[in-house]
Parts: sequence; C-alpha cells; structure tokens
Amino acid sequence: MPKPAATPPVPPPAIEVENLCKRYGAVTAIEGVSLKVNRGEIVGFLGPNGAGKSTTMRIISGLMPATSGVARVNGIPVAWRPEEAKRHLGYMPENNPLPEDLRVTEYLRLRARLKGVHGRDLNDSVGEVMEACDLVRKARRRLIGTLSKGFRQRVGIADALLGAPDAIILDEPTIGLDPHQILSIRRLINNLRGKMAVLISSHILAEIEQVCDRVIIINQSRVVASGTPDSLRREFIPDATFSLCAATTATALETLLLPAEPKTEVTDKGPEAPDSAFRRLTLRVPADSPIAPVLLGKIWAAFPGKIREFHSLKANLEDIFIAATRRSWELETKIKN
Amino acid sequence: MRTLRILLLHELRSLAIAAPTYIAAGLFLSMMGFLYLMVLHEAKDTPLDLTPVQMYFSLFFVPLFLIVPLLTMRSFADEYRNGTLAALFSTPVRPAQVVFAKFASAYIFYLLLWALALLYPLVAWWMLGPLYSDPRLLDLPALIGGGVFVAASGAFYVAVGILASSLTRSTLVAALLTVCALFFLVLLGFALRFVPLDTFAWGETVLQISDYFNTVGHLGVYLRGIADSQPLFLFLSGTLLSLALASLAVESKT
Repeated sequence: MPKPAATPPVPPPAIEVENLCKRYGAVTAIEGVSLKVNRGEIVGFLGPNGAGKSTTMRIISGLMPATSGVARVNGIPVAWRPEEAKRHLGYMPENNPLPEDLRVTEYLRLRARLKGVHGRDLNDSVGEVMEACDLVRKARRRLIGTLSKGFRQRVGIADALLGAPDAIILDEPTIGLDPHQILSIRRLINNLRGKMAVLISSHILAEIEQVCDRVIIINQSRVVASGTPDSLRREFIPDATFSLCAATTATALETLLLPAEPKTEVTDKGPEAPDSAFRRLTLRVPADSPIAPVLLGKIWAAFPGKIREFHSLKANLEDIFIAATRRSWELETKIKN
Repeated sequence: MRTLRILLLHELRSLAIAAPTYIAAGLFLSMMGFLYLMVLHEAKDTPLDLTPVQMYFSLFFVPLFLIVPLLTMRSFADEYRNGTLAALFSTPVRPAQVVFAKFASAYIFYLLLWALALLYPLVAWWMLGPLYSDPRLLDLPALIGGGVFVAASGAFYVAVGILASSLTRSTLVAALLTVCALFFLVLLGFALRFVPLDTFAWGETVLQISDYFNTVGHLGVYLRGIADSQPLFLFLSGTLLSLALASLAVESKT
C-alpha cells in the first residue's frame, strides 16, 4: 500500500498573541488580548488613546514583559527567547525616536549590524531598504537631526525592514505627516503586502481601511472586534443606509415603506437648495430586510420622476470603530450595574 | 561578542563627536597641567617628603569630580529622554551589552586623558631635568604605581558614573549623583580618620571598614611602588557591582 504523501508542516503565524495581560499594580493596561497576523498580511490595530495598542506592540517586540499570556514571533516565544524572536521582527516605535547626530546611512548600517546583517549583505540590505523607502536620492548622507518628519518616518520604516524580518510592527507610522507624505507611506506599506506580515496602528482610520487586509479593534484593554472591514461592517453596522434627493417628504416615504419594513427610519436633512422642492433624505433599513434590494424600484414606482439621486451609504471604518467601541463601553456599563 | 564590538565602536564614535568629551578633556588637561606646575614650583623652593610625581598623583581626585560626570552623564540619561534606548532594544541586544559598551567607551576616554596627563612629568623631566636641583624629578616607580592605581580606580569611578546615568532621565541629576557618589567613595574613608571614632566601642570596626575604602590611603601604597591586591579587588568588585546594577536599572526603565 503506498504511503500517504507527507503534508508539509504549516508555518506558524508571523505574529501570534494569546491571552496577553499587562498590569501595573492595580491598573490593567491589557487583559486577555489574543490576535494573529499571518505571513504576508497587513493588519490594522485600532483603538482609542490608552486602549493598550502600544503596550501590546511593545510586548510583542520584546521591550516589555507581559504579566501573563504568550506572544510569539514566527512561532518563537518572545519572553523566553527574546533575541531569537527579535531577529524575525522589525519594530518602529511610536514617535520614532532616532539619534540626531548620525547620518541616515550610518544609522541604518549600525542597525543592520545589530540585527545580524554582516559582510556583503550589509551594503545590499541597507541599499535595498533605502531604495524601498525612497531615501537614496535626498536623505542618504544627511544627518537625521536635519530631516523632515516625513523622512524621519521613512528612516524608521527602513530600519524596521532591515534584515528582511518575517513581520514588522509600525506604531503610528503616519502621525504628524502631511497628506503627500501619508500617501507615500501608504504606498510603501502597500508594497509590503505578500512579502511580510505587517501590524500597523494608526488613528487615521481611512488610512487603515485603504491599506489593511484585516482590522483588530482594542478598547478598554480588550480586543472588541477583529476581522475584515466587510465582516466588521456586517457585525457592527447591521443597517443598510441610503441617501436620496427627491421631491417628497420623510412622512410620505415612511407611509410608503413602513408597512413593508416596520424598522425603516427616514431622516429629512432639509431642502437641496433654498427654493428647491427637492429634499435630501436618509433612509435606513435592516441590511437583511427583503425590501433593501428593491428599495429604489419601490420608491421610483411611488414617486415617478421625482427622484434626482439615490445611492447607498457604505459605513466606513470610522463608523465601525465608533460602533465597536460604543458596544464595549455599553457592555462594560451593563456588567458594572 | 560581535554585538559588543559594534556597540563599543558606536559608543566611542558618539563620545568622540560629543562636545562634553572635549570640554572634559580640555578642563582635565588644563587642570592637571596647572597642578603639576604648582607642584614643581613648590618643590623648587622647599625640599619635600614627597617627590613631585607623588604629589602630582596625590591630587588625582581633584579633576576626578569633573571628568567622570562629563564623560558619563549623557550615557543613558540622554537616551532615556530621546527614547532611543527602546529602539535599540528592539534589536537582539541585551541591556548588559549596552551598559558594558557605554562603560568601556567612557573608560577608554578616561584612560586616554590620563595617559596624556602622565606625559607632563615625562616632558618636565626631559625639558627641565638638567636645570632642576631635585634628582627625583622623574620618580618612575611612583609614576608606574600611580598610573596603575588611576587605571584601576578609574574603572570603578566610571562604572559609578554609568550607574548614576542609568538611574535618571536628566543629565544634570546624573552628574550631581556621580559627584556625590565619588565624593563619598574617594574622601569618606580619608575623612573618617580625623573623626575620633576610637572613643566608641564600635569605633575600631568602623575604622577598619573605612580603611578598606580609604582610596587616598591605598594610593599612598601604590605611589611607593608597591602593588597591593586589596584595592584592586575593591575596584574590580565595585565596578562589576555598579555595572550589574546599571543593567538592572536599564532593563527596568525600558
């Protein structure tokens, strides 16, 4: 009987965190945080200030011990084998502290050596990350202290990329940057997709939505949501919302739709222009309601020629973030009461 | 070992481009030059028990309070303030390696400055030898003994400076802590000799302990050209203890 073909071993996730807790005396910074970032995946890590994002990232990077729980990088437990784990991880801390008195190349060469890149690989590795971060032309020989915020962020990201780690952690990489700089950093992070795992925290939610494959939301020290933006949208924003501009009123629309869907909500946002008969209205029905897919047809049939505009309003990450954090606060209040 | 070498070279470079290093060097060499000049002037007029070299070394603690804080105060305090230490520890580097690299670089500069200061007696002997009445102008045993003592004690004092810097984010506080600690270590044992402790039952024990820490007393032995292992043990253990405590402080602060 032929032997069954041996299945190749499944590589461990690039970053894996299980039940991570960090307490400072009576204060709990994070509680039971679990997350996973697979190879080649870009994951956004969101949360209000003080939610525990940076603490989690610092623990994964081996800068801080956890009170309990396990953080693994490439399957290597950070607490027990920190040096080995750090070889597989690049980290750009919040505010990106850099030595002012070193030139960009000197700094990157030093960091590369500390990360175990030596000999012929040293020049190649430094050259590659400088190229990837667009530092070669303008910043190569400049002192870090004289660089603009955008270039400093690039140096931080270049440093994280040195040594071709399996995963990189970027803590607020776009903080304080202008729109052009944000765009170039976004492009840079996008280029990393498929090459390495990226865990990125940011307050700019539109940024995360455009760049990340998956989002993890942390609030009050706990993970409150995790998934793709679409799955989170389904979970936290259960209603379908539409905007229309029509020569009718909210009451007329409600009279039309309420018999078919009792949960319909219509909001009148006023006339389109001061003397116009057309009004801007927002319609909200449950996403799984049978009338949702045929809404336009139904309204058009009732008010022929009186609709100028109709489109679906897709909840953005900001809405999801607010809904997820609000739900966790409500849950917390319920438990306390 | 490779990581340590990389860190050491980086620290040496950082010290070499830092203004406080040159301020320390300038002040130290001017002060030592001035002290040696005073010693020569004194020895020229009145015959002394001590040779000029012995007198020169017996004042070694005067510039110590200046040079050690200036060389060590920025080591960790600056890095804490700028947050660069956290970035450093995101690479496979241990706190003990960073502490040792910072210590070694400051100590190398300390030795270099003292090596330059030891040139004064040699230059004086070469240039003034024929004109000078005292044949003991170049006291070689005292020069070698004093040099060994300064090198051994310097390791301890620089390590204390590194420890002080590892405890605070402020370079000023680090410098003040270093000065206080050095004052305590260098002069306390010597000062206690003038306190009538032997009138108390426990006084003798205190004096024996203070004798062990009496740096000035140990220096006297070395200046006679005698190599005593007791202070070497004190300096070595003090150095290791200070560096170990600094490592713990750095680990807890990042």
